[in-house]
Amino acid sequence: MLDHRPDDYADGVAAAPRNPRLGPVGWARFAWRQLTSMRTALALLLLLGIASVPGSLVPQRTSDPNGVVMYQQRNPELFKTLDALGAFNAYSSFWFSAIYLLLFISLIGCIIPRTTHHLRSLRSAPPTTPARLSRLPSHRVEHSAAGPEEALTTAHTLLRRSGYRVVRYDQGDRITLSAERGYLRETGNLVFHLALIGILVSIAIGSGFIYSGQKIVLQGSSFTNSTINYDSFNPGRFYVDGQLDPYSFRLDSFEPRYSIEPRTGRVTPQEYTARVTIREQGAAARKGIIKVNEPLDAGGTQIYLLGNGYAPSVSILDPAGKVIDTSTTPFLAQDGALTSLGVVKVPDGLSKQLGLRGFFYPQPVQTAQGIASIYPDAGRNTLLSLEVWQGDLGLNKGVAVNAYSLDTTKMTKLAGRNAPVKALQLTRGQTVKLPNGLGSVRFDGWKRFIGIEIRHDPTKVPMAVLVSLAVLGLLVSLFVPRRRVWVAATKDGSGARLEYAALARGDDPRLSDALASLAWQHLDRLGERPSWTVGPDRDAGGSGARGWSSS
Amino acid sequence: MTPNQLADISLIAVYSAIAVYVLAFVAFTLDLSARSARVIAARDAAASAVAVRASGGSGVGTAVLERPAVAAPPSRRDSRYQRIGTALVIIAWLVHVTGAVIRGFANGHVPWTNMFEFAMIGTAIMVGVFLVLNLWRDVRFLGTYITGIVAILLGVATVNFYVQVTPLPPALQSAWLVVHVFVATLGTGFFAVGAGLSILQLMQTRRDRGGLPRWNFLATLPTAGQLESVAYRVVVVGFVFWTFTLIAGAIWAERAWGRYWGWDTKEVWTFIIWVLFAGYIHARATRGWRGSRAAYLAIIGFGAVLFNYSVVNLFFKGLHAYSGL
Repeated sequence: MLDHRPDDYADGVAAAPRNPRLGPVGWARFAWRQLTSMRTALALLLLLGIASVPGSLVPQRTSDPNGVVMYQQRNPELFKTLDALGAFNAYSSFWFSAIYLLLFISLIGCIIPRTTHHLRSLRSAPPTTPARLSRLPSHRVEHSAAGPEEALTTAHTLLRRSGYRVVRYDQGDRITLSAERGYLRETGNLVFHLALIGILVSIAIGSGFIYSGQKIVLQGSSFTNSTINYDSFNPGRFYVDGQLDPYSFRLDSFEPRYSIEPRTGRVTPQEYTARVTIREQGAAARKGIIKVNEPLDAGGTQIYLLGNGYAPSVSILDPAGKVIDTSTTPFLAQDGALTSLGVVKVPDGLSKQLGLRGFFYPQPVQTAQGIASIYPDAGRNTLLSLEVWQGDLGLNKGVAVNAYSLDTTKMTKLAGRNAPVKALQLTRGQTVKLPNGLGSVRFDGWKRFIGIEIRHDPTKVPMAVLVSLAVLGLLVSLFVPRRRVWVAATKDGSGARLEYAALARGDDPRLSDALASLAWQHLDRLGERPSWTVGPDRDAGGSGARGWSSS
Repeated sequence: MTPNQLADISLIAVYSAIAVYVLAFVAFTLDLSARSARVIAARDAAASAVAVRASGGSGVGTAVLERPAVAAPPSRRDSRYQRIGTALVIIAWLVHVTGAVIRGFANGHVPWTNMFEFAMIGTAIMVGVFLVLNLWRDVRFLGTYITGIVAILLGVATVNFYVQVTPLPPALQSAWLVVHVFVATLGTGFFAVGAGLSILQLMQTRRDRGGLPRWNFLATLPTAGQLESVAYRVVVVGFVFWTFTLIAGAIWAERAWGRYWGWDTKEVWTFIIWVLFAGYIHARATRGWRGSRAAYLAIIGFGAVLFNYSVVNLFFKGLHAYSGL
């Protein structure tokens, strides 16, 4: 791509260069030449491939933030080193950025001269006919009864019809045509590379306008599109407060459908359907459906369905039997049968803070290893198993705390494994006493929840346009052949001696076939009977059927 | 018939195809050794002619046993083994494709949704590309490579990754599954054939420099330059398919995950492969990179495709968790 030599440039053995003394400008020009050379570009391209590897070996903050935390816990020392090198933000790290920026500078430095060169060649005539056509890679000699002038006129028409740009050069007795086609090949090549630059620029600028946020929405509850309502929100650089369209929606129902494989008992989800009612400003409420591959459009954003699970409802009763806390807390699914893990925190109302950590089993069975869920639909048997911790939940420090984990450093375990009392097990509606007469817990029931992502991405349209241009350019640049063809006629008795020659610019597997076909058509129009036949699989003087011609 | 019965029939077809591929592999290998034998025989004949000429002379000297230039194979006639191998690979492929189609009916959806099915379709396409390529250029000498690699990949995948028919999970319920994954496997097929041609190209280059003295069958194959030119055309087609894979994947990712590019491990590796083959195409226009270096890139590129299918699917954590295991 990055080559602005003509395609037919022949690599010769370069003579040992004499190195001139270089001033600062000379050095700058030298560096620029080096950077925009094809070799450097190729090296940078391959380096980009290699530099992409590390980011796939360690978790990335952008795509797998939990993985990064886990990695830090497991290898604290290694983590420090790798983090300093930007390994966890590999694709925005200085070294990765340096490579692709250099690559694109190199590309630009190459595209500009090539574009001007191409624009000039689009306006200029094909070059003069070489004196010895027989030296060209594809060449043939024929004879016609028609005279040189007639033969050449016919050839002119034929070449023009085949899409060639044709110029006549008369060289004494020898009258010739010089023709070229396939300018589109270079055009396509340039369009492809310009589109790549466009893609990079539109990502660089456009990504500042992207914003996205995640939220867990319980069945029956509503969400209003405002930054404070998100569980997490990622604004782009150019995001301004108040930019969000304040629409709201209510999750009317979530309908999952599962199937079970009878031989293995393996459960697979078949369909997730979230039904919502949306209220946008100045519009009547409307119903909508969100599915996994079908996001919903609202207020300039798309709403994506990314996850779902169960949120058990739990009430805490004080020793007197008065309800002091009722909460419905999302638990995170651990497997396909939706065994879910979660934490219920009770900061107020009891003498000390209380933390409940436990599993929610939609369809529990007792196995040798313990309880397991075998099917994701909750029902009469659904079981909630809770460990009980008492102490300081760590909520008063004013630091954001993960809602799904329990910091037990300042807490004592009252019930659960290795505790005086076994974990509390409850079915729906059941109330169980907490240890040490603290009160009791009631399992009120559950709700389904969905995890959604809301996203605004204005780069989509420019990206679609640029990517289409890139593909178009690529196809044209790879598959449109660029050829030069010459036809020369000299008087030979009453007829003419005809010479045909062709030269490929770039890879052109069908060059010989094309020349043979051209000569055949030419002779046919002159009323000759060519001695060979032309067809896709015939031997047309070029490569025969399935044969291996020299290339 | 129930889906499970259909799937069992499909599995039998796949195992049968593997067996016939192995037989084809044997036939193609015998063909290569027959080619070597022909070259040696021709060389011996030439050498004895020289010897006869030498002894018919003054009787003084030692016959000078030069290695005669055996440029042209002694006989252009197909060997019987090659014809048998070709027939076997066509039979195996028909059985293979039938198995894949039956699996599709058993599934009720396209048969490329887990690792076993990726392998089944991917290898079928590799053989398909090989067979279709033969209509254009005689590349039957690649039979050993293709049938060998296909028998191994398909065998390993069927034994280790076989899964029962399952309904399509919501994440895969998209028209893009049909396009994205199929185009990716098409690209893989072309890259596989391209890598085979590039391997032979490197062997020819080494032989031209006096290496590989015992690989006599190479004398019956096209030259390094011819192999490179055909490899390039095959890889370029694969590259176009791979570009479509990348784009179709980005569009689908936008529908499913809300972003078209997120540096997910599978996305990263698809990008790396794209960059490697882009490098290959540029290498062919770069001084000092045309020829062997470009060929190495094509082989490394196909290696990365296999890595992406196997190691990335099985051991890397990412959103493309569709191994079915």
